[in-house]
Amino acid sequence: MRIKLTKGFDIHLAGKANQTLVDSIHSQTYSFKPSDFKGIQRPKVTVNEGDQVKAGTPIFFDKKNPQVMFTAPVSGEVVAIHRGPKRFPEEIKILADPKIEYVDFPVHSEQSLASLSADKVREILLQSGAWLNFLERPFGIIPHPENTPKAIFISAYDSHPLAPDYEFVFKGEEKYLQAGIQAIAKLSPGKVHIGIKADANSLFKSLKGAEIHEFSGPHPSGNVGVQIHHIDPINKGEVVWTLTPYGLRQIGYLFLEGKYDASQIIAVVGSEVKNPQYYKTYQGVPVGGFLVNNLKNENVRIISGNVLTGHKINQEGTLAYYDHMFTVIPEGNYHEFLGWIAPSAKKLSFQRAFGLLSFLSPKKERALDSNMHGEERAYVQTGVFEQVLPMDILPMYLIKAILARDFEAMEALGIYEVLEEDFALCEFIDVSKTDIQKMLREGMNALLEA
Amino acid sequence: MKFLRKILDAQKPNFEKGGKLERFHPIFEALETFAFAPNHTAPKNGAQIRDAIDLKRLMMTVVIAMIPCLLFGIWNVGEQHFLATQQTATFMEKIMVGLWITLPLILISYTVGGLVELFFAVRKGHAVNEGFLVTGMLIPLIMPPTIPWWQIAVATAFAIVVGKEVFGGTGMNILNVAMTARAFLYFAYPVNMAGGSDVWVYTAGQKINTDAYSGATALSIAADPNVKDAVASFGDFFSFQNLFIGNIPGSIGETSTLMVLIGAIILIVTGVGSWKIIVSGFLGAYLMGLLFNILPNDNNAFMALPAHYHLVMGGLAFGIVFMATDPVSASQTEFGKWIYGFLIGALTVLIRVFNPAYPEGIMLAVLLMNVFAPLIDYFVVEANKQRRLKRLKLKAA
Repeated sequence: MRIKLTKGFDIHLAGKANQTLVDSIHSQTYSFKPSDFKGIQRPKVTVNEGDQVKAGTPIFFDKKNPQVMFTAPVSGEVVAIHRGPKRFPEEIKILADPKIEYVDFPVHSEQSLASLSADKVREILLQSGAWLNFLERPFGIIPHPENTPKAIFISAYDSHPLAPDYEFVFKGEEKYLQAGIQAIAKLSPGKVHIGIKADANSLFKSLKGAEIHEFSGPHPSGNVGVQIHHIDPINKGEVVWTLTPYGLRQIGYLFLEGKYDASQIIAVVGSEVKNPQYYKTYQGVPVGGFLVNNLKNENVRIISGNVLTGHKINQEGTLAYYDHMFTVIPEGNYHEFLGWIAPSAKKLSFQRAFGLLSFLSPKKERALDSNMHGEERAYVQTGVFEQVLPMDILPMYLIKAILARDFEAMEALGIYEVLEEDFALCEFIDVSKTDIQKMLREGMNALLEA
Repeated sequence: MKFLRKILDAQKPNFEKGGKLERFHPIFEALETFAFAPNHTAPKNGAQIRDAIDLKRLMMTVVIAMIPCLLFGIWNVGEQHFLATQQTATFMEKIMVGLWITLPLILISYTVGGLVELFFAVRKGHAVNEGFLVTGMLIPLIMPPTIPWWQIAVATAFAIVVGKEVFGGTGMNILNVAMTARAFLYFAYPVNMAGGSDVWVYTAGQKINTDAYSGATALSIAADPNVKDAVASFGDFFSFQNLFIGNIPGSIGETSTLMVLIGAIILIVTGVGSWKIIVSGFLGAYLMGLLFNILPNDNNAFMALPAHYHLVMGGLAFGIVFMATDPVSASQTEFGKWIYGFLIGALTVLIRVFNPAYPEGIMLAVLLMNVFAPLIDYFVVEANKQRRLKRLKLKAA
């Protein structure tokens, strides 16, 4: 199936990754952060400082959902467990062995994988930690093992600014991607859907056992939520699961090689990075090692993830569980004389109000900074959020329903179909400078608790 | 500009939490952010980069779009003055008379409105919203040049307090604020707003020689029950061309359809005004005019008036382009904007033709549709909800 989307906005940033891969940066420590996951209620750390763990050893779980194991990304020694308010574990730090050792899981061939039961697949995924690759919609939470999704969705391209090119990252991994599909297909009575970029000679096109959908159009066409909306939208009472190709590969690798492999190829990008490129590393890697002699300026903002949905970290910060890139942009902590009216083609705007000239050169790669370009105001403008959300959803009405905590309206207006990332462009273009992604999460939390 | 920045940085602590002048923070903030775009950076979570637009720029774009109307209005106030007093004058003399009349009105409107906004910002402890940049310019442009200064001050204060602040301030108002000011004056002091032919022209106290220059507007001629053929009665003075160009008596900024169209182009190209409202507004007025042409007209000359005249007479064009497009009081859904704009145009012509008391309809049409906009949106939103429910039902079936 081919789906053409026209709404949205591509943000072209300077500092795109060169297609070069460095395999040599091995950090000393890797972090696991429970706060990377939504809806953890009763956290329990199962290791102590000083314990030796292997890659795939359980280190943490949620007593509310005790079958789901959170496991160590690398083998080594647990060197620190940092706790925050109410003793919530904020970070488990592991000093990696020079050579990673793995917990042994059963090794399967493609044939034996085919005959594996759904229960067995589920059990291995839960034990190994690979289960965390699934996100359940509504709400974007880790799925409960007893839930059955009506379908599973994978977006095979990331349309966010400067995002890793999956064709580069997963080249040569087709075998594991294929095995991943074989395994996850058993968990749903419905289909596995893969959304690929139209007209691209995608390596995902050759995968079997999944329905391939071609999408064209600007960001957020690569968001899995947008793709779900056009393939098989989520209705009240339904759940779907999503995962990224990173997760799919990890699951395939787990079954074919019997190892929980948390290695991944990430991109370190942005206008402030001297040499933006790809690195092979492990989940939870600290950013520091990538920035040594690699920054153009001092006054920078380091982001785990992309510029639309990521979060700011400091020099000691680490890669969040679901992120696959670090972005470094200039920090925007400056005053600009008459900045609210001075014409500029440098600053990017989706809009064309007086003096915003970026629409004249939409494809130009810009070095954008973190300045807010204004302050929070009442909602005045209408009709623009719709232009960057390619879904049959009225974003302003949904936001207002959330602000009013009107549960019925939230439900009726489609809150089950969206996650923060789908509203990130609305937040970017918002004249009133409100934190829309945060508001959306608050609405979902209110519904979860209700 | 470092000098200015230094002064601001030195004064800032006084206005911050715990400072001596903490209460007046909104005033300081308004001044500071006018000089410098703030150094705020994106929060830790969420979008790390933000669009270069802000509310100030959005509002200033509307003000810029009004400048052609303002400049033409200044000239036209002078032009009409010298026509009415039967003097010949140079271009500069006309401009001087126009400035003499117009500038005080603009100053009063901005001063009174600004003070009221500041008062509420300080009282409620929120930032000064920039919506008033537009309202403050709109109010003088929709007033007759002879309006007494105190009336424009009272109307501005009334519109902001009763039209906006009682509903919660910028973004919450139901009625267009500038139109509220005009409606207030129209009902409170009708003599000064529509009292015959002498309000539309500044005469410096002289009596108009009505043989040479009537001072009436095209609308009042068309509404006159004694007039049998409106276009014939218009004569050369109110030829279609003059009505379009706007060298005719009327409120300061609204006479020139040409200047309004330049403003409309600015609003549409910048995406600040809804082209849907503008297009459907003119379409609604035109089709309504055509409909009346077809209907039997009982000697009502206004009904027989060719439909395209409606588009260039009175304040219709100005109202549709600058007041109907106010995003807060307009319909907020995209489909709703079509209906909203269309009905404003259609209602304006309807009121013009059938309301004997007052021949202009745009003011009441905008205010009426402001009130109905939430209802239009309600149905559009319900339709969206129903599509979602229907999807579920289809599945269950």
